[in-house]
Order: sequence, then C-alpha cells, then structure tokens
Amino acid sequence: MLSTRAFLTNSTRIIPSLSSSRFGSTLIVAEHNEEKLAPITLNAITAANKLGSDVSVLVTGGNAAQIGEQVAKISGVKKVLVAQDDKLKNNLPERVAPVVLASQKQFNFSAIVAGGSAFGRGIIPRVAAQLGVSPISDVTQIHSEDTFTRTQYAGNAVTKVQSSAKVKCLTVRGTAFEPAKEGGSAANEKAPATDIKTDASEFLGQELSKSERPDLATAKIVVSGGRGLKSGDNFKLIYDLADKLGAGVGASRAAVDAGYVPNDMQVGQTGKIVAPELYIAIGISGAIQHLAGMKDSKVIVAINKDPDAPIFQVADFGLKEDLFKAVPELTKALP
Amino acid sequence: MSLRILVGVKRVVDFAVKVRVKPDKTGVVTDGVQHSMNPFDEIALEEAVKMKEKKLASEVVAFTLGGPKSQETLRNAMAKGADKAIHVEIPEGDVAKVEPLHVAQAIQKVVEKEKFDVVFVGKQAIDDDASQTGPLLAGLLDWPQALYASKVEDGGSGTLKVTREIDGGLDTIKVKLPAVLSADLRLNEPRYATLPNIMKAKKKPLDKIAAKDLGIDLTPQTKILEVAEPPVRKAGGFVADVPELVQKLKEKGFVKG
Repeated sequence: MLSTRAFLTNSTRIIPSLSSSRFGSTLIVAEHNEEKLAPITLNAITAANKLGSDVSVLVTGGNAAQIGEQVAKISGVKKVLVAQDDKLKNNLPERVAPVVLASQKQFNFSAIVAGGSAFGRGIIPRVAAQLGVSPISDVTQIHSEDTFTRTQYAGNAVTKVQSSAKVKCLTVRGTAFEPAKEGGSAANEKAPATDIKTDASEFLGQELSKSERPDLATAKIVVSGGRGLKSGDNFKLIYDLADKLGAGVGASRAAVDAGYVPNDMQVGQTGKIVAPELYIAIGISGAIQHLAGMKDSKVIVAINKDPDAPIFQVADFGLKEDLFKAVPELTKALP
Repeated sequence: MSLRILVGVKRVVDFAVKVRVKPDKTGVVTDGVQHSMNPFDEIALEEAVKMKEKKLASEVVAFTLGGPKSQETLRNAMAKGADKAIHVEIPEGDVAKVEPLHVAQAIQKVVEKEKFDVVFVGKQAIDDDASQTGPLLAGLLDWPQALYASKVEDGGSGTLKVTREIDGGLDTIKVKLPAVLSADLRLNEPRYATLPNIMKAKKKPLDKIAAKDLGIDLTPQTKILEVAEPPVRKAGGFVADVPELVQKLKEKGFVKG
C-alpha cells in the first residue's frame, strides 16, 4: 500500500514535467469575423508549429462550427476546439477568456498563442493574468519552446528573450511568419463547457472601412501617402496608383491626424506593421514611428521633394520630385 | 456619475529620441537621455481630466511604478490635472527588469486598497511596446476591458460606452463599471501644463510606497538574453525620373512588360 502510494506520487511528479518538454502542446485562439477566419490566424499557426508541439485551435463565436471547419483544413493543425454560443458572438474578451481558461484546465497546454492584432492583444494578456504568467507580445522569431525574439523602441532594438513562465502566452507578428496553407484534416470537437457571464460588457456595433483593395496587412504591394498629399481629396492620386498595381493603401500618422484618411490605414509603431514585397511611400518624411511599421518591406520606393527626408535613408529607389507631378506620371506609365 | 479614476503613467525615453543599443547588448542607453511621459498615458490622463471637467469623474489619481526619477512624471501628471499621485517605488537599477505583469499586480493592490471605478492606461508604452498592462490588469481584477479607446461616453446605469480603434475600423462596446480602459492616439489632444499649474502641482499629495511593502513578487519571468541593433537597411540611392523608376520596378518584376 505504502509503495503504491509512493509510486503514484512519483509518477504524478514525472508526468507533468514530461508533458511540458516532450509532449507540449499549443493552443491558438482563432480570430474571425463570424464568416471567415482572419488571415493572421494562419500566420499564428505557422509560428505555433515552430514551438515543436502539437497545435490545437480554439474557435469561439456565434458561428464557430463553420469557422472550425475552415480551420480543420489548415495544414499543421491537429485539433480544433469549437465553442459555438451566441453569447460568444463578436468575441468579447470577457467571454472568450473563460473558454480559453477552461480549455487550458482540461488540456494543460504549454503555450497559448494568438496573432498580434487588436483581438489577440486584448485576449492573450487577459488570459495570462489569470494564469499568473508574463505574456510576450508581438514575437517576430521563435528559436525554441521558450526563447523568442521581439522588437522594442519602435523596432530600434531587437530583443531575444527567454521565458520561464509555466505557460507561454504569446502574440505573434503576422508579417514575420508565412501563412499556413490548406492541406490538413484536423478533428473537430466541442470546447469544454464553461459559464459565460454576459453582464460585464456588451457589443453595440461596428463601423468597418469598406474597401475593394487588398487588406493592408497582407497586401503584396502597399502604396502609402503622408502629409505631403495636403488633403483627403488628393489621396485619389494614391488610390489611382494603388489600383494600377493591385496594392493596399496605407498612410502615415500625419495623414491620419490631418483627417485625410481613416485611422485603420495608419502604418507604424502604433498602427499596422506591414512587410510587403513593395512599399511605395509618397509624401512621407519617414519618422522613426513610421519606419517601425514598414522597414521590413522587401523593396522600398520613396517619392518626396525633400532630398533630406529620412525616408530616403531606407529607400531602395528614391525619386526626388514633387509628388503632384511624379505620381500621375507614374500611374500613367504603368500598364 | 462621480467616478474615481486611477491613471497609469510611465516614464519612458522621449519619442523623438533615436535610441542606441548598448555595446554589451544588455539593453539600450537610457542614461543622460531625454525622458518624458509615455504619449499614450498623456492621452489617458487627459481623458480622465476631461471626464472630471464634465462632472463624470470626481477624482483623478496618477499612478506609476518606477525608479525615483518617475516622480517627475507624476508631478507632470498633477500639473496636467491629476488631483494626487501614487508612486510605487523601485530602485532605479531595477527599472529595466519590470514587466507589465508586475505593474498590473501593483495596480491591483492599490485598487483593492482604495476603491476606483476606472483604471485608465495608455494602449502601449513606446519603450517596451508590450501593450499588455491594461488587459493584464483587467484579467487580474476580472473587470471588463475597453482597449484602444477613441471615444468615451457615459453609457447610463453604471456603464461606459467606448468606441474602439480595431483593425478594420471602429467598434463600440458598453462596459459595466468598474472597468479597465486603454487610450488610443485619436482619443484627444493632451493639454500642456501651464506654469501656474506646475507650481500648484508641487503642493499636491504624492504617496510613496516601496514596491516590497506592497507584497508583490517582482521576479522577472522573462530573461533578456540579448538586445541588438536591427539590421541596417542600405539606401539604394536616387533615380533620375519616373521612367527610370518604372524601369527599376520592371527589373524587380513588379511591373510587367
């Protein structure tokens, strides 16, 4: 009897340590708009697979079963946990966090990951706090299950960190990881049931900027305008060029602050971080905060009449010319 | 409503400074570098002060966890309208090791001691770029959170209606008080501290609490292995005119023909 008990206590001590090192598993909290999976979740799946463990994806929402079917087809996903409930519609963090925690309690994941979007940055720290762990934001590289790289100071310091947290709670930078492709066949199952309270917060509505153009964060080509455009009407020059190139359209903070374009078009430290194949900066001086959002672009083109603008220090091709002359000429010259 | 609002403010390297990484790769150079209040915290503070001016709030208290030099940031916050300040003090040498979780835990202790209806923070600090303190605190307290606020209004019957900046545009949510809010860039235009207000701020109360007396564990969970300069991009030089630019884009395969 005594020896059995000794054996039991021993094994309970051994098994958890094994499960965190060899049989670790990662939970990704999926982002979607109740119709389609958000592309950044695909980047997060690629990142999670670099942690060297099984990847499960939790889909919460009012239409979670259908989103779950989309997720099941993604390569690199082992299991999909589906929490379909009208209370989870619009994925308010106060309601999603208990589902994540219930899943964590049941499956004891070694990492919980989401994309570094407004959604991911809202949910991951909330969950981490309830687990008593320090999260790590906007990871750009995964070296091992506990070692990551991220940037600080608007991208001017690249920091490699090692986390001793018992559960790694991460958000990952979408542009730093390739999107996972189709080709999987994961099993779907119901997420553990939990009590979802609805009195703390309520979703009232949203006002999304409608655009036929490619999504800024994932576009292969981005054309951005700055203060040099002088007015919202003049942004038409940017749109016309972008449409010729099939590009997404971005803006500097100055252009947003001046009211030329909506906030969600801002590229920079506090806006979106993009890394397209081609980034064309027009009438943008290139402040530190703007460079933080685009300097990982493969090819950078700058059009500015000020030859001393800092943007020219990172541009592969600089054109020193008045944008009101150069941009229409460029648009016209393109096939 | 007469809310008590606690505003988290952080002393950071000024946004206009081009930071340099230390040669030994342990961090960035902060000695002798211009510091100021984190710009997003200025916005959170401004909104809290505006809520007081609109009689939505009765008191605005500035909070910081930081080294002795953080006092300047708190005095500045009081010059901009905070009624008093709470300084959870740590040795200046430990400042770089503080994680958002520690700050959230310190705020949690303060909130548990004194009743606050709203904790308002900036959406992120421009030094660590973590963007965690707000949602961490909301998680610790199990309060609702309204992050990236671009508009804050009275939502009636003990709620706030908050318009938020999200990836595709804006959304609007209602949170029941007490709640945690974080401020986005477009929420307001922070005011400057006037000289008379700077003088008055010197007489406002500033409570100092040693972090160790607060009963929080400041052991880091994240060890910094190396801080490096980002890869340097080389400027490619100028093209003469639009036709040459088009030619270059063709060579790179962005333009067909």
